[in-house]
Amino acid sequence: MLQCVQISVSFGGTPALDAVDLTVHDGEIVAVMGPSGCGKTTLLRVVAGLQGPDAGTIAWDGKALGDTPPHARGFGLMFQDYALFPHLDVKGNVEFGLRMRGMSAEDRIDRVDDMLQTVGLDGYAERKINELSGGEQQRVALARTLAPSPRLVLLDEPIGALDRTLREHLIAEMRDVFARLGVTALYVTHDRDEAFAIADTVAVMNHGLVVRKGTPEEIWRDPENEYVASLLGFDTIVAVEARAGWLDLGWARMAGDLPAGISRVAVPPHAVLVGDEGPIEGKVLSVTYHAGRYDIAISVGSLVIEAVSSHRHTVGDTVRFEIDGTQLLPIEDAHG
Amino acid sequence: MDRRVDRHPPLTASRLGGFAVMAVPLLFLGYFFVYPLLTVLATGFTTDGALDFGPLQTIFKRSALVNVAWFTLWQAVASTVLTLLIALPAANVMARYDFPGKRFVRAAIVVPFVLPTVVVGSAFLAVLGPTGPLRVDLRQTVWAILIAHVFFNYAIVVRTVGTYWERIDPQLLEAAQMLGGNRLAVFRKVTYPLLRPAIASAASLVFLFTFTSFGIILILGGLRHATIEVEIWRQATGLVNFEVAAALAFLQIVGISTILVLYSRYQERRAVQFTPRPAADAIRPATPLQRWHVISNLTVMAILLGGPLLILVERSFRSESGYSLAAYSSLGEPIGGLAVAPTAAMLNSVRFAVAATVLAVGIGLAAATVIAYRRGWIGRGFDALLMLPLGTSAVTLGFGFLLALDQPIDLRTSIWLIPVAHALVAMPFVVRTSVPVLRSVKHHLREAAATLGATPQQVWREVDLPMVTRAALIGAGFAFAVSLGEFGATSFLALPTNPTLPTAIFRLLGRPGTSSFTYAMALSTILMIGTAAAVIAIERLRTDTVGDF
Repeated sequence: MLQCVQISVSFGGTPALDAVDLTVHDGEIVAVMGPSGCGKTTLLRVVAGLQGPDAGTIAWDGKALGDTPPHARGFGLMFQDYALFPHLDVKGNVEFGLRMRGMSAEDRIDRVDDMLQTVGLDGYAERKINELSGGEQQRVALARTLAPSPRLVLLDEPIGALDRTLREHLIAEMRDVFARLGVTALYVTHDRDEAFAIADTVAVMNHGLVVRKGTPEEIWRDPENEYVASLLGFDTIVAVEARAGWLDLGWARMAGDLPAGISRVAVPPHAVLVGDEGPIEGKVLSVTYHAGRYDIAISVGSLVIEAVSSHRHTVGDTVRFEIDGTQLLPIEDAHG
Repeated sequence: MDRRVDRHPPLTASRLGGFAVMAVPLLFLGYFFVYPLLTVLATGFTTDGALDFGPLQTIFKRSALVNVAWFTLWQAVASTVLTLLIALPAANVMARYDFPGKRFVRAAIVVPFVLPTVVVGSAFLAVLGPTGPLRVDLRQTVWAILIAHVFFNYAIVVRTVGTYWERIDPQLLEAAQMLGGNRLAVFRKVTYPLLRPAIASAASLVFLFTFTSFGIILILGGLRHATIEVEIWRQATGLVNFEVAAALAFLQIVGISTILVLYSRYQERRAVQFTPRPAADAIRPATPLQRWHVISNLTVMAILLGGPLLILVERSFRSESGYSLAAYSSLGEPIGGLAVAPTAAMLNSVRFAVAATVLAVGIGLAAATVIAYRRGWIGRGFDALLMLPLGTSAVTLGFGFLLALDQPIDLRTSIWLIPVAHALVAMPFVVRTSVPVLRSVKHHLREAAATLGATPQQVWREVDLPMVTRAALIGAGFAFAVSLGEFGATSFLALPTNPTLPTAIFRLLGRPGTSSFTYAMALSTILMIGTAAAVIAIERLRTDTVGDF
C-alpha cells in the first residue's frame, strides 16, 4: 500500500503540490486527473523518487521511503514519451530491469517472451525501436515497465501521445493486463474518459490540491464542485431553490430534491430532455453532429444550456424542453 | 528551468555528477595544468617571495628579446596575409565550381592541417634545401617559414570561408550586376561585406597558430629566427634562464588570450549574421576565364600541398648511391645522433599515444559528464576550465612541468609526464565531441533506467556510455593523432634516451650528413602515415551513420 502524506513541493515559490494526501491500496488502480500544470506529474515523480518533496512523507506498507533512490524503490515508471532506449532492441528494452536485478540470461528470455505475449507483441524481440509504430512502442514500454513485477506501477500519460481510436483500444487492453497481473498502479492523465475507464479510484487535482476523490461513478453522480463539474463537461451551473419536493430555478420548476445548504446545481446535458412538448422554451444557438446525436446549445434568457438531441435542429429554431430534476448535480459553495 | 534543476536535482544526476566524478578531472587539471602554470607566473614575477617585475623589464630592455617579440608579431601578420591571398581564390573555387574529383580535393586539403609540425618542417627542408627541386637554399630564411605557414593553414581559410561563400545566394550577386555593378564593384560592395566575418574568423585562427608557431620556426628558421614560443624554449633549456623564460611565457599567454577574445567576438557576430541557407548549386566552369580560374587554383593546391609531401617521401628513399630502402630497412639499428634505434622512438610514440588517449578519453568523459549533467555554475565552470589548455601554448605547458613538478615527488624525469602533457592538449577535443552528445541524451532515458533498478553507475554505463561511444572514439582518434605529433611540450620532457618520433626527427635534422637526413625523412614519412591513418579513421566514424541517436 502506497501512502502519500501531506506532500508539498514548490518550484521557485510557486507551489506545485500543496499538502497532498493520497493512498493506493494493493491491487488498486488510482487515476490522478487534472489539466497540465496541476501538479499530477510532480506527484508521480515524487513517488518515484526522481524528485525530493519539500515536505511530507511517501511510505510503502507503513514504512517511510525517505531518501531511498529510485532504483531501490521497486516501483516502475512509464513515461508519456516512453523513453525507450534507442540503442537497444525490443528484447534489450524489456529485459533491462531484469538485468539490473541480476536475473539469469535464460530466465530473462522466458520472462521477455511472457511479457511480449502479454502485450500482444509476439515475435517482436529482435525489432529495433525506431522501426516500431507509436502503438507498438507504447506496448514495449508497458512490457518493460511490468517485466520486473514492480510492486507499484506509475504511469505518466502513457497513451497521451497516440491518436484517439488507438487510445480507446489500448486503454481497454491495459485494464485487462492490469487485472490479469493484479497490478497496483498510479495513473496520471488529463483525460476524463481515460481516467474513468482505467481507474478504481479517481483523484481530481487542481493547482496542487486534490479537490475530489472517489470512484468514477461517485464523481460522475456527484462532482461536488464547479471545477470537477466543468472537467466532466458540465459547464452550465445555475442557481436553485429547493422547496419540499420541488426545485425552482427561477425560469423553470421541476420535481426533485437536494441536500441541505445547496444553492447551485450543474445541468448536465443528459438532464435536458428535448422534445416537441416541454415547459421550457429556448432558441438553438449551435448544433454539432456527434456520432449519431446532435449536441446543441440552447439559449434561455441570458443562460446557455447544453443538451443532446436525436433530432436535427437548425440554428435559430425555437425548441421546447424539460429538465429532469433528479439528474441535476448539486454544487457545493465552498472553494472551487 | 535552471532554478528548478538547482532546487530539486534529480537523484540520479546529483549522485552521478557527484564528488568522485568531479574530483578526478579537477585534481588532474589542478596538479598538471593550473599548478605548473601558476609556477611559471610565480617564477616570472617573484624573487624570493617578493613581487619583482625585473624579468619582464629585462625583455623590453634587451634588444634581442624585443626583436623576438617584433618578429613573432610581423611574421604572424605576414603569414596570415599571405595565406589569405593564396587561399581565398581557392575558397571561391571550392564554393562555386564543380569539377571531377572535388570530394577528394575537399578531403585532401585538410591533410596538411593535421600533420605534425616536424613532418611539415622536414618536408620543407627537403623542398627548400640546396638539393631540392628548386635548387635554391631558402633554409633559415623568413620565406621558408612563411611558405610552410601557408601550407599549414591553407585549409582553415578554404574550409571556413568556402563553406560561408557557398551559402551566399548567387542571385544576390546577379542582382547587383543587373544594377550596373561590374565584377570588382560587386565583390567589393556585396561579396566582401558578406564574407568579412568568415574571413576575420579564419584570419584570427591562422594568426593564432602562426603567432605560437614552434616546430616550423625551430626547424626552418635556424638560429636566426625565433618566435616567443621558440625563445621560451631556448631560454629555459639552452640558457637555463628560467625567469626570462617565465616572463616570456606570460607575454605569450597575454598574446593568446587577446587573440582568443577577438576570435570569439567575431564568432558571435558571425552567429548573428549567419542565416542558414542550403548551399547554392556549384556550377561547372563554362567560360575560358572560369576554367583558368579553377585550373590555376587546383594547380596551386597540387604544388603547394601535394608537392612537399611527395618530395618528403621521395627523399626518404634517396641515398648516396641512388634510390634504396636503406633508411627503412635499418630502423631497428642505432644510428648516429640518436641514443636509441628509431624503432624504439616509434614504440615510445605509440605507447605514449595510447596512454595519452586513455587518459584524455577517461578524464575527458568524466569532465564531459559533469558538464552535461550539471547545468548551473558547476557545469559552466568545468566547461571553461577544460577549455583552458587550448589557450595555453604547448611550450608553456612543458616549461611549467619542468618548473613545477619536482614536488612532492620529482616527476620531471618520469617519461609518464609526456602522455600527461599530450592528454592535456587532447582533452578539450574529447570534451568538445562528447558534451553535445551527452547533452542530447534525453533525461527521461536515465530516469527510466533508474526506475528499472539501475544504480547511478549502471545508468551511466547502460545509457550514457553506449550513446557517447562514437563521439568518444572520434575524440580518441584526435587524441591519438595529437599525441603522435606533439612536439612543443615533448621537447621539454623527452630525454635523449627516450625520444618520441618527433623529437627523434628533430635531433636527426640537426645533424649534418645525408644519412641522418634520409633517416629523418623516413621517420617523417612514417609519422605522416600514422597521423593520416588516425585522421582517416576519424573521418570514417564521422560520416558513418549507423543508428540515429
